[in-house]
Amino acid sequence: MEKLLKKKNNIQLDQFRELGLLLFIIIISIMVQIRNPSFLTGENINDLLKNTAILSILSVGMMLVLVTRGIDLSIAANMAFSGMLASIIVRDFPQIHPVLIMLIGISAGTLSGFINGLLISKGKILPIIATLGMMYVLRGSTFLISKGQWVSAYQFTDGFKKMATGTNWGINNLILIAVAVYALAYYFINHTRTGRRIYATGSNPDSAKISGINTDRMVILVYSIMGMLSGLTGVLWMARFASAQSDSAMGYEMNVIAACVLGGVSMSGGSGKVGGILLGSLLFGILNNTLPLINVSPFWQNAIQGAVILLAVIANVLAKRGMTKRNLNRRDR
Amino acid sequence: MIKNTNKLSFLLKWEWMLVALLILINIMNASLSPYYLEYNNMMSAIMAFLDRSFMVLPMAIIIIMGDIDISVASTVALSSVMMGVSVQNGVPMTVAILICMATATLCGFINGLIVTKFKELSAAIVTISTMILYRGIAYIILEDQAASGFPLWFSILGWGDIGTIPLILIVFIAFSVIFWLILHKTTAGRQILAIGQNNTASIYSGINVDKMRLFAFTAAGFMAGITALFLTSKMASTRPNIAIGYELEVIAMVVLGGVSTSGGKGKIHSVILAIFVIGLLKYGLGIINIHSQIVTIIIGLLLIFSTLLPSIGQRVMSKLKIIRQMNL
Repeated sequence: MEKLLKKKNNIQLDQFRELGLLLFIIIISIMVQIRNPSFLTGENINDLLKNTAILSILSVGMMLVLVTRGIDLSIAANMAFSGMLASIIVRDFPQIHPVLIMLIGISAGTLSGFINGLLISKGKILPIIATLGMMYVLRGSTFLISKGQWVSAYQFTDGFKKMATGTNWGINNLILIAVAVYALAYYFINHTRTGRRIYATGSNPDSAKISGINTDRMVILVYSIMGMLSGLTGVLWMARFASAQSDSAMGYEMNVIAACVLGGVSMSGGSGKVGGILLGSLLFGILNNTLPLINVSPFWQNAIQGAVILLAVIANVLAKRGMTKRNLNRRDR
Repeated sequence: MIKNTNKLSFLLKWEWMLVALLILINIMNASLSPYYLEYNNMMSAIMAFLDRSFMVLPMAIIIIMGDIDISVASTVALSSVMMGVSVQNGVPMTVAILICMATATLCGFINGLIVTKFKELSAAIVTISTMILYRGIAYIILEDQAASGFPLWFSILGWGDIGTIPLILIVFIAFSVIFWLILHKTTAGRQILAIGQNNTASIYSGINVDKMRLFAFTAAGFMAGITALFLTSKMASTRPNIAIGYELEVIAMVVLGGVSTSGGKGKIHSVILAIFVIGLLKYGLGIINIHSQIVTIIIGLLLIFSTLLPSIGQRVMSKLKIIRQMNL
């Protein structure tokens, strides 16, 4: 009975969090719409989703990493590396099919992620340190393979650029890819044994191990998925902006972590929902998209983002405390 | 047999590995450039990397306690920008320096306050958000402008000497001694190590964990202010985007210095050795015109292997122990 009660309250908290986020998004949208009626037009929403697609794809991987009590600081460097690799191949061998090139980028990303996982699970290095080291190595390697040169717009083939800028059924490819990633992630996390095992590993590694889960393998898997998504988005990033530099996507890892935290993923592991991070990345995207629309100087963007994240995590803690207090009171009665 | 392994483990101590590495790097640098070992050259090499090293000292304490502070570089930017703007608006330089230090200390204090009041939040997420926030405020204040117009005497801080020793080195040595004394010779230092070993047990044994954490984060802010002073003085101007990425370099130095990232272990002197290892390595590779981006690969690999080594060493040691027991 007690267990049932606890479960019910947990559901309440999760729902509260997502509803709160949704409410926040709606309030912001209404406020912006009043200031500038061009916000809720089809074109702008399309833009908004297009800009949020890469962030939201990465959030899926980052959520899984955070669920296993880890963190991955190397994703932006990984994106730059895989994207640069793909861009160089496009430049030097324009006849290769874009999809094949994308697969090369994805494999490069997956390999880097796999190494991360190996260092963390078998090498027993703290995730923040291992991925920090990896970040350095990948940034440097990006410079090394590009010899410090850019790959510019004219060196990309149209087919390659079309991967990110083209449309299918009237919808931008980036949005379609993001939707596909989310559908797959939802199924994987909630309806496969491996998906549930990842959560078990995160919420209590010791008991997961005792109950026969190969936690090392789960950690490697999670970082490989993160690497795979970084490779994918790295290629898409280069295709979208039609320019590959060794400092592409610098600092983007913090945006992704922030979107996850906004979406209610706990940094202490074991909890995080696909719906939450979708809303989290959407809110992050809206913050980026709307500030220019309501004539806020772009220089305010960082501070507003930082403040929103800080307030969101603190509000989350306060809500959780309130919930626990109420539950305790109820039990006393 | 036992004596032999003791000797071995003495040599395996991290400090000695760092000393060996440092000697190796110095030999390499000296063979690359005949001028390297000249006194003036040595001092200019040291001056080149010491500015960010001030933050390494409090960061070591924070990491020993099992926390992390990612916002230090943003604190440098914000306090430096505050100082620059004050000077531009006619505030006397001495007051501007005080403003810089106050801003930095306040930033650190806010981090500490949030981390201790909301214990459910990890220090990583709190300082990631304040990292974005602090630099964001710096951008609001100065947008994409640079602030300059510091009086001439201010540049003495970054470039001046006392006798023949650079001022920055003297200040660094002074702070190193202070932090070494705090960590290794005071009750507070023992408490910091205890907190890192076992937070809960420390609370029950009457250590004021909150106070110590608040102190450590505030100290990190203060030292970021010192970094801001020296950095701004050296560059004679400031922008909101200064010191980008310093936080990771600082963390790398601490980790290379053998501070256990899971907390509870670490020595200030080996951290200082690590500062010189990375700093001189960078300088040496700069001599032979290796691009700074490639140097980052080497630092990344150093970071990974320096953390990998202890766990491998432990595994080998325990295997050796088993073999020895079987022989007995």
